[in-house]
Amino acid sequence: MENLIGLLVAAPLLGAAVLLCGGRRLDRVDHWIGTLLAAVSFALGAVLFADLLGKDAGARTLTSHLFSWVPVGGFRADVAFRLDQLSMTFVLLITGVGTLIHLYSVGYMEHDERRRRFFGYLNLFLAAMLLLVLADNYLLLYVGWEGVGLASYLLIGFWQHKPSAATAAKKAFLVNRVGDMGLSIAIMLMFTTFGTFAFGPVLTHATDAGEGKLTAIGLMLLLAACGKSAQVPLQSWLGDAMEGPTPVSALIHAATMVTAGVYLITRSGAIFNAAPDAQTAVVTVGAVTLLFGAIVGCAKDDIKKALAGSTMSQIGYMILAAGLGPVGYVFAIMHLVTHGFFKAGLFLGAGSVMHGMNDEVDMRRYGGLRTYMPVTFVTFGLGYLAIIGFPGLSGFFSKDKIIEAAFAKGGTEGWILGGAALLGAAITAYYMTRVMILTFFGEKRWQPDADGNRPHPHESPRTMTIPMVVLAVGSVFAGGLFSINDTFLKWLEPVTGHAEGNSPLSAIEVTAATMVVLVLGVALAWAQYGRGPVPVTAPRGNALVRAARRDLLQDDFNHVVLVRGGEELTRGLVRADHSVVDGIVNGTAAAVGGLSSRMRRLQNGYARSYAVSMFGGAAVLIAATLLMRAV
Amino acid sequence: MNPVNYLYLAAVLFTIGAAGVLIRRNAIVVFMCVELMLNACNLAFVTFSRLHGNLDGQIIAFFTMVVAAAEVVIGLAIIVSVFRTRHSASVDDASLLKL
Repeated sequence: MENLIGLLVAAPLLGAAVLLCGGRRLDRVDHWIGTLLAAVSFALGAVLFADLLGKDAGARTLTSHLFSWVPVGGFRADVAFRLDQLSMTFVLLITGVGTLIHLYSVGYMEHDERRRRFFGYLNLFLAAMLLLVLADNYLLLYVGWEGVGLASYLLIGFWQHKPSAATAAKKAFLVNRVGDMGLSIAIMLMFTTFGTFAFGPVLTHATDAGEGKLTAIGLMLLLAACGKSAQVPLQSWLGDAMEGPTPVSALIHAATMVTAGVYLITRSGAIFNAAPDAQTAVVTVGAVTLLFGAIVGCAKDDIKKALAGSTMSQIGYMILAAGLGPVGYVFAIMHLVTHGFFKAGLFLGAGSVMHGMNDEVDMRRYGGLRTYMPVTFVTFGLGYLAIIGFPGLSGFFSKDKIIEAAFAKGGTEGWILGGAALLGAAITAYYMTRVMILTFFGEKRWQPDADGNRPHPHESPRTMTIPMVVLAVGSVFAGGLFSINDTFLKWLEPVTGHAEGNSPLSAIEVTAATMVVLVLGVALAWAQYGRGPVPVTAPRGNALVRAARRDLLQDDFNHVVLVRGGEELTRGLVRADHSVVDGIVNGTAAAVGGLSSRMRRLQNGYARSYAVSMFGGAAVLIAATLLMRAV
Repeated sequence: MNPVNYLYLAAVLFTIGAAGVLIRRNAIVVFMCVELMLNACNLAFVTFSRLHGNLDGQIIAFFTMVVAAAEVVIGLAIIVSVFRTRHSASVDDASLLKL
């Protein structure tokens, strides 16, 4: 069984290698090769899952040691895999949702001339993400982490002929590098503290290290998680990443990439549990981001960017839950899985809408699409109900638990976090209802595209609708399935641990409050967009709306503080180099040169002046000799 | 007569010679001044020989005369050769040996 773990990573990696090196002779089958290998990976995951289920809850950990990677003296870094309940959950999500997205891409990318490369990159993405979640030590995790960064760069900039896509890819890569620095520093700190970075020793001996060190490691891990999971302050890349093809957005937002940060924090739970300050930082980042993303999501007219804001916000919920410690880890992962279903479904639905509307992304130019795209409408609608937390659907169970856990933090902090989570739920209901109404309801506001073609909305082909249907089913039932008898909790508890929260509000009260804010959010959106006609061009809006349209000025902030600051810094350094460093060197040269040209004048060619020097010298010598004698 | 007076005379002669070397421009005069300095030295050597009661100083005086004779030969040859090329016996005109 253990040997299958390696194959799990190898299958999509093989796909990537074959597709990227295979050349033109694969042009007819490339999409099916990519999809097949993703499916193989999923099948292997399912086999391993069945195997784990057959074991006792405490013994559900498989390890597989492939080879010693860096053996230096007493130090060893291995290529070794570890499959426990946490990794298993991620493997199933990544390969399952990943396969569906591959299948969807078969239809979506059918006419793209670089399709072979696209599927190669998708497979590479899966392989890197699987490596990330299956690694048995932080160094190998880092390899997967960087692989994910690379694959996302390649995919976001897939339509590289568009300057905006190329820029977005670079931006994502650069912002991610900042987070990656955090991870590499955390790994170095782990090595100096524990002498190793294998999960086993680091996490079991975490409490042996001082709290200061653990806090430092925790903060660095948080920085890493912020980069990959698009949390404040490293969130700016996520909105621009929508430049990639829609299946890529679905993959980044649901199955891979942004979930990596949540995985990292949950996996390193032992470190965070022993470093309360780091945990406070984590919950703060989570709470701020969940509101930030939600507000941005409200103002965007681009359907994909609205969904991107939503992802940021939902990941904020997960980070918040993960920061709460054992009370929240399980729910963070549970929300991650249910979010994987409904967000992938929503993105695929958005892609389907764009597919039918000549790649129009402005929701103000949609309207009334429900009769033209019934399957998309129903699947998107179910995803919508799931994300806003409609009772009985997936999001309801997972988000409710997180809000409850946030209140359970206790004290003022608990009220603030719980309040933020509730407010986030209200805003989520608002902006998702807005997306829903603008896209599928109301009158038709279709506009001809730049070439003058009027859109003829139509349902997408089977390869695209089937994944959407499967994901919609998941969005409806996953949460319930996980929550009955606390199945998910019992499954994950041996790895992450679990503590019951001590909430000042009972579960019923929290649910009731969530329902109230949900209804408020939906009602507000309906009042604003459902009752009257929606203008095709966006009204100017108040200051907050304008700021939110510009991603709450995050790019302006980055530009002023980081770009401008960096420029000033480099300019200062250049100036210092010119004046101080070059000044010393050039000054010495000039001084020596000046002195020499002055001394050169002594050589005037007149024998008499040389004679004076000789006499003078001789006189000095004699005087000195006499003086010495006298002394 | 007190032999130290010869030393004074030698000092005076040497000074006149040195001043001539430094001040005069005519190569022949400079040359003669050099000879004057050499002879002032010889006078001092001989005086010291007398004062100390041994012959060392007188022997060195002979050496000096030999060296001076050799120097006269070479020096006059140089002066004549310079005069032939530049039609001038001024030491300041031969000032090309510089940077």
